Amino acid sequence: MTKLERTQEQQDYRQRALLHLGVAAFIIIAGMLAKGQFAWVAKYPRKWTIPLKNWIADFFEKLVYETKFFEGKAYEFVPTDVTRGFVSVMEYPLSFAENLFFKGFQDGAPMPWITFVGLAFILGHWVAGWRVSLIVGGAFLYLALFSVWQPSMDTFSLVIITVPFVFIIGLFLGIWISKSQRAEAVFTPMFDLMQSMPPFAYMVPIVVMYGIGDVPAMIATAVFAIPPVARCVALGLKTVPDNVVEAGKMMGASDRQMLWQVLVPTARKTIVVGLNQGIMQTLAMVVLASTIGASGLGSKLLNSLQKLNLGEALEQGLAIVVIAVALDRISAAYAARPPEYIDKSLSWVKRHPYLVIAGMFTIVSILLSFMFPALRVLPDEMTVTTAPMWNAGIDWVNANLYESVQGFRNFVLIDVLIPIKTFFLAIPWPTFVGLIALLGYRMGGWKLALIVTLLILFPLTVGLWKQTMITVYMIGTASLVCIILGFPIGLLASKSERASRVVILMCDFFQTFPSFIYLIPVIMLFKVSDISAIIAVLAFALVPMIRYTNLGLRNVPEGTREAAVQLGASPWQRLIKVELPIALPEIMLGINQVIFMALFMVAITALIGTQDLGNEINRAKSGNHTGKALVAGFCIAFLGIIADRIITAWTRERKSKLGLT
Amino acid sequence: MSSMQPNIKISCKHVWQLFGKNPKRFLQKHDYEPSFAQINEAGLIGAVRDVSFDVYEREILMIMGLSGSGKSTMLRCITQLLNPTAGEIIFDDVDLTKMPKKELMEVRRHKMGMVFQHFGLLPQRTVLENIAFPLEIQGIDQETRIKKARELVDVVGLTGRESYFPRELSGGQQQRVGIARSLAVEPDVWFLDEPFSALDPLIRKEMQDEFLRLQQMLHKSIVFVTHDFDEAVRLGDRIAIMKDGALVQIGTAEELVMSPADEYVEKFVTNAPRAKLISVRSVMGARLKTKPSASVNADAMLEDIAQQVMLSSKAHGVVDASGELVGSINKEQLVKVLF
Ligand SMILES: Nc1ncnc2c1ncn2[C@@H]1O[C@H](COP(=O)(O)OP(=O)(O)O)[C@@H](O)[C@H]1O
Ligand SMILES: [Mg+2]
Repeated sequence: MTKLERTQEQQDYRQRALLHLGVAAFIIIAGMLAKGQFAWVAKYPRKWTIPLKNWIADFFEKLVYETKFFEGKAYEFVPTDVTRGFVSVMEYPLSFAENLFFKGFQDGAPMPWITFVGLAFILGHWVAGWRVSLIVGGAFLYLALFSVWQPSMDTFSLVIITVPFVFIIGLFLGIWISKSQRAEAVFTPMFDLMQSMPPFAYMVPIVVMYGIGDVPAMIATAVFAIPPVARCVALGLKTVPDNVVEAGKMMGASDRQMLWQVLVPTARKTIVVGLNQGIMQTLAMVVLASTIGASGLGSKLLNSLQKLNLGEALEQGLAIVVIAVALDRISAAYAARPPEYIDKSLSWVKRHPYLVIAGMFTIVSILLSFMFPALRVLPDEMTVTTAPMWNAGIDWVNANLYESVQGFRNFVLIDVLIPIKTFFLAIPWPTFVGLIALLGYRMGGWKLALIVTLLILFPLTVGLWKQTMITVYMIGTASLVCIILGFPIGLLASKSERASRVVILMCDFFQTFPSFIYLIPVIMLFKVSDISAIIAVLAFALVPMIRYTNLGLRNVPEGTREAAVQLGASPWQRLIKVELPIALPEIMLGINQVIFMALFMVAITALIGTQDLGNEINRAKSGNHTGKALVAGFCIAFLGIIADRIITAWTRERKSKLGLT
Repeated sequence: MSSMQPNIKISCKHVWQLFGKNPKRFLQKHDYEPSFAQINEAGLIGAVRDVSFDVYEREILMIMGLSGSGKSTMLRCITQLLNPTAGEIIFDDVDLTKMPKKELMEVRRHKMGMVFQHFGLLPQRTVLENIAFPLEIQGIDQETRIKKARELVDVVGLTGRESYFPRELSGGQQQRVGIARSLAVEPDVWFLDEPFSALDPLIRKEMQDEFLRLQQMLHKSIVFVTHDFDEAVRLGDRIAIMKDGALVQIGTAEELVMSPADEYVEKFVTNAPRAKLISVRSVMGARLKTKPSASVNADAMLEDIAQQVMLSSKAHGVVDASGELVGSINKEQLVKVLF
């Protein structure tokens, strides 16, 4: 395009860009100059900070230990009476599940593993035929054979009791959000916060209120897993076609009939996707929740890790993946399941063949298990363990690769990471705040500028600036590496069906891995350092980058691609000039996800020792310091929300420019 | 149409539907007669502007207009799916706009049926269950509603597909389900919003025939929205033409063809099959002094008498139903209106 043809709009855009660049340069230079002149620019003065963490701590202190209701009366109570009471009520269903699956009721035996596995096969077949049946049944068979049956059933009990609560609460919140704009305005930011806050942060107040154990773990899990369920439900209900809603109204459906007979059934697929999300989140959380007393695989895994018993840790981690895959497949298949026609004139037995088979199988298998005790509890000598093999492998790696890994580690640390960290820490805070505000203004105008400025000022005013900048450096570096590594993989996958299938399978696999697992090889090879943390983040957060790159490039309209070929564009030109610009909004959403997952992982890597916000939370957690944990958690959440708001604003504008909305 | 004054089923009086901020206040401020330009200036959308018409018992009233002219919005005002910004909808002598929600629900349950352009079927229910659904909403027992639904399956020609799901049916078949469902409650009034527009031309023709066949059986009062003038002419007793939210003209096809209100209407009627639409009565001249040798019926369409009149050099007499001589018609008169 020649200069003459350039439209007014493009000229304006250029001028604006130049202006913003100028302002950015000014902010940077002014910051540098002022840094030497004024001490308050170089370092945010301590006396300007707000002791928010103490206020929060005091609040909880008062709430938990000092508040009394109906003081002096016979029915006087303190808040913990209520929370602990809630815990003891919740323990009933939980202990029922535990007794059923692995503890056994008084004197009686628990459900034999053969019964459980068989029912899993039958359920899988009922939902979606042989393939799913084999996956689900096979998964539980694996758990039985690989000597992790008991902790697996422990975890399974927790999940199976938590999921219905998560689902029901999520369902009702979702319904409410879909109906009331006010509810939406309240819950959307709340969910943003809940989802971007590292779970360890809110575990602290939960422990203070509810104590340690399975039920507090359930509560923490619910906080983590409810938002995606509610969001899915609300989305599903809102996207029911107008036509269907109007048809319902014209039939004279009452509000309740409308909801339960028209909206919910029509949105069933999206709602079940929400259920699926809830299950996956619950499983992910079950491991983290072991740090506040959830028993089962998570606590075993944590234990193995602390004893550096990596082979066993890996096996326990795999067991979690196996349960996750089984539950994921069955709920996903249920979502995709087409409605089935049932002839109501048939007899009950004929209409419910699966129930009949399941019932008969249960009776027969229980009888058999009395005759052959091995069918009830598999004796140890009949199970398999791969732990020694893994441990041998790990020993070999340590013996043979340690030297070269050390060299690599030192190089990266000294020549790459430390300079970057120093650079980030040297940025004067007014410069950083100014640049964030400018970015917000450029992407979304004054309103966004105001929001992101307030959010970035938070860590400053509560006195966590240094830790925040270290976090920014860690996730910044990790995200950058994610982008550099993830993009070519996604690109490759988008070019071939086969590659795509393999890559998506890998992504699914890595995503169901409990996040702890990534720490194992990392600690092994790199010991405790920034590089271990960054690599752990990387392994965890690479997945969305690959997924969204693949998706974005695949969504480029075939017509546009063909037109470019027709014009004689080389594959390279096609990618740079045609496909990338169209796919970019999608890819940016991937980067957004990368940042969120990196922030999530940051809190976990603190378990292996870093100096960032994650560590702040970790320390607060061991000291049960609610204020500290929540404040550091807010800092992490706000970083995520800043990135999210800016990227979303950019993508929205970009998409509307390309006419993709 | 007979000369007897037909009963009015629905009467729409000065109906307005403005979208945007504070439309009620805006209307009040402009004394209920803002111009099109004023509405746009205020940043509002004038989807329906001061529309009044009646729907007679047992007639098919077509609402016709280009896409975006406010047809669907008007229909939704009548059914109260949208509460009009101003105006009255008198249905069986009661104003629906002021009716409490509970009563309105009852009216919809028993007196209204509606068919939608994109069918609006429930995807998780079979054909039979979809058709029986309005009865389920009314709390009618399963046996009765299944029996009724089976009857309707036969009426709309879907016998044998009772246990299919909507996704297993073609567009035409899905709309048959939509039609059957809307008839399940035996409504007095039947509303159809472009029911055949999403269908292929051949299927559309078939469905139109089907529709006429049904109406001959059922004799409902019908409001039928379409953007297709041919469809309006084929199916409608009267046609209401809308433009930019306003009612431009309402009348029989013949009236529209003979005296279009403006250029907008004229554009629609230019390609209309005039010979099929215009009756002898509306083109005939004065009675001849001499007794004609041959005569034609006043209510016959020009199509039916054209050959007879064109082949004769003399004028024909025109007689009405009782055989009395009421006028005359000759070649020149025919040529003038037909070409
Ligand atoms: N809910 C709504 N909000 C705002 N504008 C609307 C809404 N529904 C319809 N409109 C506008 O009102 C006008 C008439 O729409 P509609 O009645 O659907 O036209 P038709 O059915 O004749 O195609 C259009 O300009 C449309 O954009
Ligand atoms: Mg319409």
